[in-house]
Amino acid sequence: MRIPPSPDKPQSALEIECLNMTKRFGSFTALEDVSIRVRAGSFHALLGENGAGKSTLVKCLVGYHRPDSGQISVNGREHEIHSPQDANALGIGMVYQHFTLVPSMTVAENMVMSRGDVPMRINWRSERERLDEFMRTVPFQVRLDAPVASLAASEKQKVEILKQLYLRCRFAIFDEPTSVLTPQEADEVLGLLRDMAHAGDVTVLMITHKFREVMAFADRVSVLRRGRASGEGEVADLDPSAMAEMMIGSREIPSVHVRHEKAHASLPVRLEIRDLSVDDDAGVAAVRNVSLDVRGGEILGVAGVSGNGQRQLIEALIGQRVATAGEVLVENEPYNARREEMRRHRLFALPEEPLRNACVAELSVADNMALRNFDQAPISFGGWVRRALVRSQARRLINEFKVKARGPDVPMRTLSGGNVQRAVLARELSGDVSVLIVANPVFGLDFAAVAEIHARILAARESGAAVLLVSEDLDEVLEMSDRVLVMFNGRMVYETPIAQADVGEIGRCMAGHAGEQEPVTL
Amino acid sequence: MDGTTLGWWGVPIAILAGAIRVGTPFLFVSLGECLTEKSGRINLGLEGILVMGAMVGYAVSYLSGNPWLGVLAAGCAGLALGALHGMLCSLPRVNDIAVGIGLMLFGTGFVFFLGKPFVQPQAPTLPALHLGSWSTSPQIESALQINALFLVGVALAFAMHWAFRSTRWGLVVRMVGDSADAARAMGYTVNRVRVLATAAGGFLAGVGGSYLSLYYPGSWNEGLSSGQGLMALALVIFARWRPLHCFLAALLFGGASAIGPALQSVGISSGYYLFNAAPYVLTLGIMIATCSPRRSLTSAPGELSVTR
Repeated sequence: MRIPPSPDKPQSALEIECLNMTKRFGSFTALEDVSIRVRAGSFHALLGENGAGKSTLVKCLVGYHRPDSGQISVNGREHEIHSPQDANALGIGMVYQHFTLVPSMTVAENMVMSRGDVPMRINWRSERERLDEFMRTVPFQVRLDAPVASLAASEKQKVEILKQLYLRCRFAIFDEPTSVLTPQEADEVLGLLRDMAHAGDVTVLMITHKFREVMAFADRVSVLRRGRASGEGEVADLDPSAMAEMMIGSREIPSVHVRHEKAHASLPVRLEIRDLSVDDDAGVAAVRNVSLDVRGGEILGVAGVSGNGQRQLIEALIGQRVATAGEVLVENEPYNARREEMRRHRLFALPEEPLRNACVAELSVADNMALRNFDQAPISFGGWVRRALVRSQARRLINEFKVKARGPDVPMRTLSGGNVQRAVLARELSGDVSVLIVANPVFGLDFAAVAEIHARILAARESGAAVLLVSEDLDEVLEMSDRVLVMFNGRMVYETPIAQADVGEIGRCMAGHAGEQEPVTL
Repeated sequence: MDGTTLGWWGVPIAILAGAIRVGTPFLFVSLGECLTEKSGRINLGLEGILVMGAMVGYAVSYLSGNPWLGVLAAGCAGLALGALHGMLCSLPRVNDIAVGIGLMLFGTGFVFFLGKPFVQPQAPTLPALHLGSWSTSPQIESALQINALFLVGVALAFAMHWAFRSTRWGLVVRMVGDSADAARAMGYTVNRVRVLATAAGGFLAGVGGSYLSLYYPGSWNEGLSSGQGLMALALVIFARWRPLHCFLAALLFGGASAIGPALQSVGISSGYYLFNAAPYVLTLGIMIATCSPRRSLTSAPGELSVTR
């Protein structure tokens, strides 16, 4: 591949080394003393669970965050990178998960406008000549005249890659580039990236949590766990279980909470899902034939890396999404996520991102806390809402659940993440709970809030509620659950009681290597 | 039917002439709105800007004696109101629709207050180009009396069509209107682009207003705009945010407005007021035909608050 010479941009793939990088957000240390070296012309994978610090590390590299300490050197020379423009000038570019293309513009218009130096009057004839010449040097083709909106996700991904090459990027960072692609498209795109890296045109650093892609395409892998480098090596020397151990760690299954073996087997099944299938926004099946049941007094934990259908499963259960097939039974009655059914069966939910999924951000804390019962006596009186009762209920819940808010009348959006979570928990758990559906309840919260929210969920279990806990945090699932399911690619691929849980096996299932080792194709 | 040498042929010719005569303000307002909406904002205040342009244009023409100075002043008044809309909407959590309605009410009310002294006097109006002097038919001759502003508007439609494809400004406006995130990622200031686009759109709407008071109907009164600024919104949707289609749609709306007078000219005067409602019926019809609760409008700028 030949790129026209440019005076200030490097001509071939870059080597980048991060030394002792540390980044804190307030009291939270996202990245602690991490050093990695990415060889020029290699395809390097950065592996880790959610929140392990992968994104923080690369955002430091492209100047989006400034590390608190540590150095970055490019081709052996130390550089300060203060902004994405600095990174760009060095030839470092990043392809984000969310495409940064303008949908109504054509591919050619997008490519030209991504350049910083577009002339006032664009001479399309000469621009097209330059683009056509550039396209002759790249390994794959995209229709330059097609509007981006008409392209499939994989083609958009290719345009993003082409854009980086067109901008003469020599170190390309990809943030989970295959999350929107089908496995076939993913293989095609990753294969191209690998070939370009091996040709010495560009160095590729890919964030991922998919072992399959690492095994099939990467040369070298660095693993992060809880903000620290937990392992590094040539992919050829590693197998998925070794990587799973680096990623998840050889941790003990915690027995922190006294598990009252209160014979849940004797309590009836409260929540039953039969062959449920749910589509995602694009109309692709995200949940496929899922069946499970949860008894009273039991926490069923669903583990899995994000994007394997957990979100759609929860949305279907709390009424935000319509299932395409299957049925849900609550206390042996068909359940269609209607308000009346939720009330009758005392089904409550704490969905992820509660400010978006369980609150009206502009309404007051008091109003949000009354969302479940404002239309019921005693708050509702002959069609009128008794404001005094709404406010007194809120004051009681704020005290009881220690919600930090400047009174019941402030808008919900002014609360911090942990307090929104507490406020929603207060609303959902204040009464008698029969079924509780929880998704990623402690995402982004500090230690104290985590402990408290976990204690509340466990208390609901002790009082006999059937709890379905879906979490991307494996530690949380192991700590809380009585039984563990692993969700991968829309299916439940593994089930085990907590007493017999094998963390290594769970990790392999999360990575898609359930039972018979899925063949890794190159 | 005295003086008629064309008989029923007079109707389509009169409608065509009316399309040009009545359609010109539509053309300017819709081009302005097209520009504003391409940048991702809706300016509902165009009705107010149109009336403001009509009054300011008429007043300046009367006071200075030069109608073209009036056109310029009308444009500048529109520019100021457009910039006001753009800047208000740049504040956090300000809704462009609500600001637009406020601007519309403010514009019309304020203009009625300021414009009272100019209802009576006769200001110099814009001259017409007599392109039909070769013809012996008085209808054709009068149909081809075209105002220079119409030609400017047509040229502007072509210029905008070209600019949206082939100038940096045009592409930046489209980028900001379609994906603010992408525009920010490339280092453009979204709000600044939108303020400028709204101000420029206001300028065009102001010029459209001056046409009303300085050429056709050619006098200043309070009922002058009769909702044309609002109909232009429907027109832009109908034109699918394409400047050249705005031109055709403006002619269509202008022609619809001319049905009543054209039929009257051949002696059909029953239902005159009913026929005068044609543009409003057309607006409703277009809105019903082009809107669907299930899909968003094709080719609508992605950042418009109504399509998002």
